[in-house]
Amino acid sequence: MSLLEVKNLSVEFSTPDGTVRAVNNVSFNLEEGKTLAIVGESGSGKSQTVFAMMGLLATNGTATGSVKFEGAEVLGLKGDALNAIRAQKIAMVFQDPMTSLNPYMRISDQMAEVLIHHNGISKYEAIKQSVRMLDAVKIPEAKNRIRMYPHEFSGGMRQRVMIAMSLLCQPKLLIADEPTTALDVTVQAQIMRLLADIQKELGTAIILITHDLGVVAGNSDDTLVMYGGQVMEVGTTEAVYATPTHPYTQGLMSAVPRVDVVLDVLVTIPGNPPNMMNMPAGCPFTPRCRFAIDKCVETMPELVKTGGDSSHLRACNVAVEDLV
Amino acid sequence: MSNETIMQVDNLKVYFRVKNPEAMPWTRPDVLKAVDGVSFKLKAGETLGIVGESGCGKSTLARGIIRLIEAEEGQVLWLGQDLLKLSNNEMRSRRQEIQMIFQDPLASLDPRMNIGEIIAEPIKTHHPKTPKAEVKQMVEDVMVRVGLLPNLVNRYPHEFSGGQCQRIGIARALILKPKLIVCDEPVSALDVSIQAQVVNLLKELQDEMGLALIFIAHDLSIVKHISTRIMVLYLGNMMELADSADLYDRPRHPYTQALISAVPIPDPLIEKNKELILIEGDLPSAINPPSGCVFRTRCPKAQDICASDKPVFEDTGKGHMVACHFHD
Repeated sequence: MSLLEVKNLSVEFSTPDGTVRAVNNVSFNLEEGKTLAIVGESGSGKSQTVFAMMGLLATNGTATGSVKFEGAEVLGLKGDALNAIRAQKIAMVFQDPMTSLNPYMRISDQMAEVLIHHNGISKYEAIKQSVRMLDAVKIPEAKNRIRMYPHEFSGGMRQRVMIAMSLLCQPKLLIADEPTTALDVTVQAQIMRLLADIQKELGTAIILITHDLGVVAGNSDDTLVMYGGQVMEVGTTEAVYATPTHPYTQGLMSAVPRVDVVLDVLVTIPGNPPNMMNMPAGCPFTPRCRFAIDKCVETMPELVKTGGDSSHLRACNVAVEDLV
Repeated sequence: MSNETIMQVDNLKVYFRVKNPEAMPWTRPDVLKAVDGVSFKLKAGETLGIVGESGCGKSTLARGIIRLIEAEEGQVLWLGQDLLKLSNNEMRSRRQEIQMIFQDPLASLDPRMNIGEIIAEPIKTHHPKTPKAEVKQMVEDVMVRVGLLPNLVNRYPHEFSGGQCQRIGIARALILKPKLIVCDEPVSALDVSIQAQVVNLLKELQDEMGLALIFIAHDLSIVKHISTRIMVLYLGNMMELADSADLYDRPRHPYTQALISAVPIPDPLIEKNKELILIEGDLPSAINPPSGCVFRTRCPKAQDICASDKPVFEDTGKGHMVACHFHD
């Protein structure tokens, strides 16, 4: 049994202009202590996928399908049952370290709150544990700095506080939603190193959501590529990078400028990301795909084996051999 | 491409006065040295990339050059004329030759003007007597040039995606046929696939029109791709300035080395086995910068001399400039 089993997860939002399908039939598994990277451009549904798992969808959103954590269904849980899972089993680090901390509360109070609520320990004990956790994420002088307010920390430090906070109850799964997007490369390297160390020490599984293919390459076991709310390709990171089998993955890989390669002209993917309001019936990538055939307009292909590594799956109507 | 120097910046300094809210009313405000003595030359048709962490003064430098912020001292020679000494009227006419593209594509467009008005505004400002038909033609031409359909001319900015908004920004900058465009993080807010489109467009336009670009970004791989030469800034000071290929192949300053090593490479085989030069901590405050070399507090090579003497920004051969006592 996998730690996390997601099956046919779909997320819909009802808006005054009609229904928006943000996530469409997403399935994946995650084993204990492993890292899964979810890659995609803005609007690809990567954040909504995990928001649905955590019960964080906006009020007009509904999720269908199944999300099993340690064998138990978590989708659709409410109130206390949901709270028992949050923080203790699944914790989350958000993108923007500036806005995800409460500016009116000292770090000590924000962190202690988690422990008091979930573990029912005294505030004194909670703060003691929080200081230890801040030490663990390498915040210097944690004992003094825990008394500070979020604005007194830099962006990288705030993200460390967020990570420390999410780890307080020792969750089995940590979801990091674009944890380094707002940070400089040097600080990004520090934070990614920290996450790797924590994983090694505590055996936490990580879902890493990002649009940065470089970060994914260095920090994940498996990679899942999303576009227009659908899974385009999934497999071990090595396999997906070495032999991308979906036109979108291929386009994405070649569009990334690399610091170690010189190119005269960057390869581009023509066109724009899809409008989620009126998604095409077939494959969402069809309008931008140079291999698209008539079938692509009507039918969304199933996620099937690529023929390579058995865990490497792709969703494309065109055969791998024809993608040249 | 001619080899003439069109812009020469000498020892530019931009300071801000910041008042500590807890200070007494009579205390003097602190001086924040956002840009502290930057010099460079820019040739026609060349791209100068400027990189550094957030807060290192990249944007302030760009704004200082074109006087969106008044500089403290130094000079900016534009075709031999010091921009910092011009009157407002004279400066205004020079702005036709120097245009700017901003980071946030949507926020830099007026939401209550349609695309045609936005793109035509520079002409209305600088050449108000241009006949309407001619303006319309110019707007259409430039829209086609940047890859926008001319029939979108009556739409409003919110109807466009980020990449298209950035194209509108580029069209607005191009319509006066400038000689230099200052691009302040023009692609940071865009998705990878759209980034590549915009960067390619800028390169094409540059080849076609002989534009010079000052390209600011924190993404080192993008900068490498578009720049002829690259300047590395840290806390308002120049650390290194060299040809693009030279800088990436043989970075000589410890900061540049760390910066380049921190850029993740999209290849798991390389990235997972890469030896990282990790620099600890965060950027120090620019109000109270470290003595001597500003990078010494985070530098793996720092010694006593770095705290006492500020390293000279010197040529280490073939125009590769470095400011470090212990450069490679």
